Formats: sequence, structure tokens, C-alpha cells
Amino acid sequence: MPQMNMVQAINDALRLEMKRDDRVVVLGEDVGKVGGVFRVTAGLYDEFGEDRVIDTPLSEGGIIGTAIGMALYGLLPIPEIQFGDFIFPAYDQIVSELAKFRYRSGGEYPSKLVIRTPVGGGIRGGHYHSQSPESQFIHVAGLKVVCPTNPYDAKGLLLASIRDPDPVLFFEPKRIYRAAKGEVPEGDYTVPLSKAAVVRPGKHLTVVTWGAMLYEALDAANQAAQKGIEAEVIDLRTLWPLDIDTIVESVKKTGRVVVVHEAPKTCGLGSEVVALINEKCFLHLEAPPARVCGFDTPFPYTLEMEYLPLAHRILPQLVTTAQF
Amino acid sequence: MSATNPTQETKSTNAGSAAEPKSNGGTAVQPTQRGALPGVIHEPIRVIRDDGSLDPAWDPKLSDAQMVALYEQMVRTRIIDERLVTLQRQGRIGFHIGSLGEEATILGSAAACRPQDWIWPCYREFGALLMRGMPLQAYVDNMFGNANDPVKGRQMPDHYSGKPYKFGSVSSPIGTQITQAVGFGWAAKMRKDDLVTLVYFGEGATSSNEFHNGANFAGVFKTPTVFLCRNNGWAISVPAHKQSGSQTFADKAVAYGIHGVRCDGNDLLAVYAATRQAVERAARGEGATLVESLTYRLSGHSTSDDPKAYRKDTEVDAWKSKDPNVRFRAFLDKRGLYDDKRQTTLEEQTAAELADCVKAAEAAPLPSLESMFDDVYAELPWHLREQRAELLAGPRAKGHGH
Repeated sequence: MPQMNMVQAINDALRLEMKRDDRVVVLGEDVGKVGGVFRVTAGLYDEFGEDRVIDTPLSEGGIIGTAIGMALYGLLPIPEIQFGDFIFPAYDQIVSELAKFRYRSGGEYPSKLVIRTPVGGGIRGGHYHSQSPESQFIHVAGLKVVCPTNPYDAKGLLLASIRDPDPVLFFEPKRIYRAAKGEVPEGDYTVPLSKAAVVRPGKHLTVVTWGAMLYEALDAANQAAQKGIEAEVIDLRTLWPLDIDTIVESVKKTGRVVVVHEAPKTCGLGSEVVALINEKCFLHLEAPPARVCGFDTPFPYTLEMEYLPLAHRILPQLVTTAQF
Repeated sequence: MSATNPTQETKSTNAGSAAEPKSNGGTAVQPTQRGALPGVIHEPIRVIRDDGSLDPAWDPKLSDAQMVALYEQMVRTRIIDERLVTLQRQGRIGFHIGSLGEEATILGSAAACRPQDWIWPCYREFGALLMRGMPLQAYVDNMFGNANDPVKGRQMPDHYSGKPYKFGSVSSPIGTQITQAVGFGWAAKMRKDDLVTLVYFGEGATSSNEFHNGANFAGVFKTPTVFLCRNNGWAISVPAHKQSGSQTFADKAVAYGIHGVRCDGNDLLAVYAATRQAVERAARGEGATLVESLTYRLSGHSTSDDPKAYRKDTEVDAWKSKDPNVRFRAFLDKRGLYDDKRQTTLEEQTAAELADCVKAAEAAPLPSLESMFDDVYAELPWHLREQRAELLAGPRAKGHGH
């Protein structure tokens, strides 16, 4: 089985689906000849031509607006937004249009896109190349949000996202684009949406996380194990609609939970996870649910490693929660 | 039925003020290596002359029957518009946004589309939707948001959707439909389908980022798009001259490398001719056109707006004298094609048909409670199943009949 990194796995999924389904088109800034600034679409332009791998003018609103039009016509566009931080010129098209099209038209106009975009910090990108804007899309009815953490999931989740009937925001944690490597099957397979993965089993507490912070949580969990604390680490994989059953089952077992994400703490997805746990398994809790998150500041440049909820910040919380 | 005039297409017919810019056709400016730049026709196309004759350069050569049918659509649109305002004033519907005074612009342009062409509405184009075939009952059900409303009571009145009629879906944010219409036509072009999209917006929307995005993508990818700018003088309370420093809205076409043309938006045949030329050009693969149709919003922005707060009666009266319906009727009269009896009959029939539709719409049930949760996603996720159960089990809001 070939070894791939995240970039190669996503590229493999795009190529596979473009061969399989001639409705699929890729469009965005620099996605064509150069294959994207992270090379995720490398080689697709040469293989599928300029009508299916389209270098667009530099306008995120234009990319998503025209992609919606293509989708309404019957194509299956997979636009790339070069950085998640640059998605906001398209926010109106995503929030007011894409998310609502099926609903507002009484079901006449399903509008299906998969919007791919790199997210997250730790790459010395400052606050315009580092943010994690998932909550701002989860709060919009009608969208699905996916965030893979390894090459196998990246390919399988992207193929599942493309074949899902609803619009999907596919957030690619850029810090682990090349660092996360693993075996990826050749050919077709999917990883189902809205199914979390228990990445590390444990009995003392539950850690819910996603994206690049998964690896920090695992690092912290392994350190905690040396102190006799066995943390169960859950990778959400699909951020919305999330896999509530896996979370509740784990928390019922451990009675303790820490949510880790690099997006700002306030109104982050962690807030919703904690609220859901309170609603669904409050009587099983042995400790207050805790969050280790990015701070409520703009994403900093020089101090980014102090901003991110890395293992050194997660570990003390695991201990505190386990010993509460 | 061609409305083209090739000699006028590439040279300026600037007969307006000296301050108006010259056309760019064939000048030295070649920023994009795309050959001769498209031209802009500044002098508004007008077809129906005061004496009732037609300008042969732009006469779309419609048959008598076609002209009468289009006139009847204008009358019908006007009657429905006026009655819906009355229903809103009576508190029977919540809102209406109409097309009083813009009937020639809307119906003339929609009629110039071929059957396979798609229309992307702003929110004032119900007349075009009805002409495209949506039953009046379905439109009235939308005004009431009842269980029979094609959009299931999920949107305000006049936020319709008409896929069976090759007609888009209305949303309130300004300009969003423009890029979508470009993308839709672009996809058709990729698929080599013979199809043009006509997208409506007001002159205020030319200030939106989506106008820029749409026109820019249309220019770069030569999409088969007709941008129909209804310059009706006002964006709610802001006059057209505060939207742009350009001499005309059609001038904006130059910067995007698309064609631009102005027409007398209260002259049905002029709007038809200008749009038809744009449609044919797009269908030939020669790219998009921005049509600026000069008209006037005789009513408020919507039933929620009182235009007396920002404009003078004298201005409105001046435009009332150019009422497109009155003008076209006078033209038909000169040709002996219409008479008062026919008009009265049409008006009475339309009013009666509308009254029946209103009666049925008022008698129809509200959308089911469950329907609130349908179509958010293709299938109900767990959290919406939970919330639906919560709604169904919970107390009902007062006055909603459930």
C-alpha cells in the first residue's frame, strides 16, 4: 500500500473522482498550472485540462458565486480557497446562498459544492494564514464541516464529502499537510461523514479534538499515561454534524472530558461539545468539562506557539481533570 | 427575428452630452490581447417613435400577435401588482415588492430570451416568472407562505423559485445572483449547450462586489450572460447618481471587456431589441453584454417603503407621463391592434382570477410544523431530529393555527 502525506492523499482523491465523475471541476486561485500554493491540485491541470481545472481571477466571492451557479447547472465544483483566512469575501455566497439554496427553494435547487481550504496555525503565517474558522460555518444551518487528520482519512473523507448531497467545507490542517504520513489504499474507498474515530482508547478521561491538535492531544495523553492517567482521545473528523454517540459513549465511561481546539475559545465548537455533554450525560460527569483552546485574540505571529493549545498546555489540564 | 445592427455595435452613437466618454471600439488601448474591445452604445436605443413608426435599425419585427400578447402580460403584471399592494395594506399579506413602471423592462427582456435560456431574478420580476409559465395560484401561494407555496412558506413574499420555468431562486442580499448566473452559463458553455443566462439587478447592485465579480468572470471566460441592469432611478432612497461616478452604468462594461448598451426601458420594443441582440451575441459565443435599461420605479421600493420621504411628486409625475404600459397601448392603438373593451375584459379577468387565487390561498393550510426541518440537509441529521421532536412536543405559538 503506498505511503502518502495529506497533500498526496487529497490529490489522489481529486484525481480519482475527476476520472470517475465528469461533473467534477476544480477551480480557484493558482490551482491550475502551478497546482495550488500547497500543490494539492498538482498534475490535475495537465491531466484534465483547463476546463476542469480552472485558474480563476483573484476573487473568493467570484469563485464561490460562479461555483454555485455551476452546481445549479449540474456540475460538481470543488473550489479551493487558498487559505481559510481568505474565505470571508465568499462568506455571503456561502452563508446566504450555498447553505440556504435547497431550503429556500423548497427543495428545487440543491446546491452542492465541496469547498476545500487549508486552515490552522503553527506554520509562521500570522493571523491571515493561520485561523481556524470552523465555528463560523457550523453556526450556519445547511453546511457540513469536515477536517481530516491523516492521509487515509483525508482521501476517504474527501471522496465521501464529494458524494454527499449537501455542501461541505473541507478544512485541511496545513500544519500536518506533509508531516502526517501513512498508508493510503489505491483506488476507491470512503470514510463515512459524521463518524468520529477513537484514536487512543482510555478509561480515565475523554479528550475530544480535531485537526492538527490531535497530535498534540496524543502527545499529552502519552505523557499523562506515564502518570497513570489513561486518556481516550477522540478525533471528530466531521466537525458538523458531529458524532454525538461516540462522544457520549466515551464520557459515560470516563466521566471526565477535555476539549482541545486551536480556534478561539469563546463560542468555539468546544463550547457546543461541552453543552451537548451537559445535556446528554450530566449525571455521568465526575469533573467539570474543560476546554484547552486558542485564546480570544487575533492569531499572533511571533508568539504562535504560546497561542496554540499544544501538548504542554493540554497535559496539565488532563491531570487536573483526571484528579478532580 | 434579429435585432442586430452591426454598424452600431462597434462605434459610439454618442449623441448625448459632450461629457460622455467615447466608445472604446478599436482604439489603441489593448490591455488584455483579446482583439478589438467591445463597444458601448451610449445613446439609449429607442424603437417606438412618437408618431408610432418604428426605428428600422432596431425594430425587432415582432408580429402583431406577439406585440399584443406582450402588452397583455404588461397589463396583467400591473393589475396583479396593484392588487397585491392592496392586500398588503389590508394586512392579508405581509409584503410585496413590485414592478410598477418597470413592466416594459422586465417583460421585454424576458420575452427576448429563447425558450432554452435561463432567467436569474433579482426580486422584482414576478411578471417574467408568470410569463414563463408559473401558475398564478403558485405565485399567490408564495405571497401567503401557505402549505402550497412552492418554497413551503420559508421565505418572505416575492422570494419565489421557478426551476420548472428555467427561472432561478430569489434571495434578498443584493447582487448574489449575478455571479451565480455567470457560473450557470459558464457551465452550460463547458457542456457545449446552447443556453444563455439573463440576470436581473437594479442599478444599486452595480455597487456590489458580486456585480464586479460576475462581470469580471464573464469577461475573462466569455460566458453567455446578459446582465440586465434595471436602472429605475432609486435604490430604496438613494438616487442612481450616488451609486457610481461613471457617466452611465453601461460604461462599466468597458472595464470588463464585455459589451454595453443602453435602452429606453419604458419602450417595450427597445428593451426587447437590446436584449435580443445581447442574447444572440452570447449564443454565438461572443460573450456577455451589460444592458442598462432606463426606467423608473413608480412605486416605493416595496410596500414597506414611503418614497415621499426622499423624492418629489414632480419627478414621479414626469415619469408617469412616460408610463410604459400607456406608451405601448398608444402604439397599439395607432396600429388598430387594441381597444378599451379588450383591455377592460383583460383587467376584469385578471382581477377575478387573482381574487380566486387569493381565496384559495387564504383557505389553504399553513405548512406543517415538520416541514420547518426539511431541506436543511438532504437527510435529517440527529440534532435536527431532536429539535423537530422538541418543537412537536412543545407548546404552540399563538395565532399560527397549529
